[in-house]
Amino acid sequence: MSYVTKSPWVIHYDGSSCNGCDIEVLACLTPMYDAERFGIINTGNPKHADLFLVTGGVNEQNKNVVKQIYEQMPEPKVVVAIGICACSGGIFAECYNILGGVDQVIPVDVYVPGCAARPESIIDGIVQGLGVLAEKRAAMGSAPAAKTEE
Amino acid sequence: MTIDFLTNAFGFNFGVLNIVFIILFVVLAPLVGGILAGIDRKLSARMQGRFGPPILQPFFDVFKLMEKEGITVNKYQDFYMGAFLFFIILTGVFFFAGGDLLLVIFSLTLASMFLIVSAFSANSPYAEIGASRELLQMMAYEPMVLLTAVGFYIVIGTFNVADVLAAGKPAIIYLPGVFIGFVFILTLKFRKSPFDLSMSHHAHQELVKGMATEFSGKTLALMEISHWYENVFLLGFVYLFIACTSWVSIIIALLVCIFVYFFETFIDNSFARMRWEVAINSSWIVALILGFGNIFVLYFLKLFGII
Ligand code: SF4
Repeated sequence: MSYVTKSPWVIHYDGSSCNGCDIEVLACLTPMYDAERFGIINTGNPKHADLFLVTGGVNEQNKNVVKQIYEQMPEPKVVVAIGICACSGGIFAECYNILGGVDQVIPVDVYVPGCAARPESIIDGIVQGLGVLAEKRAAMGSAPAAKTEE
Repeated sequence: MTIDFLTNAFGFNFGVLNIVFIILFVVLAPLVGGILAGIDRKLSARMQGRFGPPILQPFFDVFKLMEKEGITVNKYQDFYMGAFLFFIILTGVFFFAGGDLLLVIFSLTLASMFLIVSAFSANSPYAEIGASRELLQMMAYEPMVLLTAVGFYIVIGTFNVADVLAAGKPAIIYLPGVFIGFVFILTLKFRKSPFDLSMSHHAHQELVKGMATEFSGKTLALMEISHWYENVFLLGFVYLFIACTSWVSIIIALLVCIFVYFFETFIDNSFARMRWEVAINSSWIVALILGFGNIFVLYFLKLFGII
């Protein structure tokens, strides 16, 4: 059995979100929804994170930031796009500076629609992401490769 | 001959009982430490009006970290982390085998130094600030830890843990100030909230994760396990203040250990973080007034033959 599904640590990044989805992500951690019941911790450190929660679309200025956070996360890792902006660009899709959804820059595993996405659906999305995480872990085999950054 | 030498060097006998205690510590301490960490998280959640994670959550976290890919910035970092774990275990072994308190304290300091060097070796700004803060925290708690050993020496007449436990009366009768001072610096050692400066345990985003920023996968898991060992050993120190030969004192000592742990969780959840100046000033003032004052009074009471 794999333990990756039992302790999902998340990192949350705000792309060009209007802050609606961000507040809903943080609401998941409050006593009302208490995501820590499932071992979910909001880490703020890509090197400790298993799930990458992105809210808001990607623009020219933050596409490198999104890429870097993704690359710094150790395998296995899963990306969850939260809110319709992160899925497709949403109401900002036509803006001159917006590239579109998060999947324009990094591979996205779970899409959580909604404007703003409700905490219930965010937790649901994370739980679906855990399924993907377990699959990715199984694909890695028994010995995760070590990698040294220079 | 060799055994005699070892006994003189480490201050404890290699008797069967000591070996049993050493093995029990090495095997059981991570289990107890992990469960304590789980209880801490559950209690914290309840104090904040949440349901909280399962008690076994810290174990799930560590097993998960073991399964993750390892990203190492500097290959020596893992070596230093291994040394941290090794010296923490050694500290506990000296302590639970009834060895020399001074040796225990020096070995604990060495272990902490390895953790700090490990954080510095990554060359990341967040880890470096965290490591510098950890150095400041060491400066803050070290005087009180040394005064604790001195206090035991004045009361019992030896630094040997085994002799402290073999005394007729609990040491806390003579060392109430030192005990309160020690519990005060435990907040620093447990990295609990008012002085949770180096790891940013609650203030996640402030220093990313302080010292632990650059540790991931197995390295982070090793750090967690070392902390479990460390916490069990520190509670052992609390036990030492109260336990003596009688059974009642042993039961009371265990209850006090549980209470102190609960108290630290309570403090953790009811205080905001403070600046490092407060950490140093307050712990030095506590060490001076409660620790040194206690020993000063004790010294004169002994001098005039009152006790
Ligand atoms: S989906 Fe709606 S609430 Fe969320 S960031 Fe976009 S506009 Fe804001």
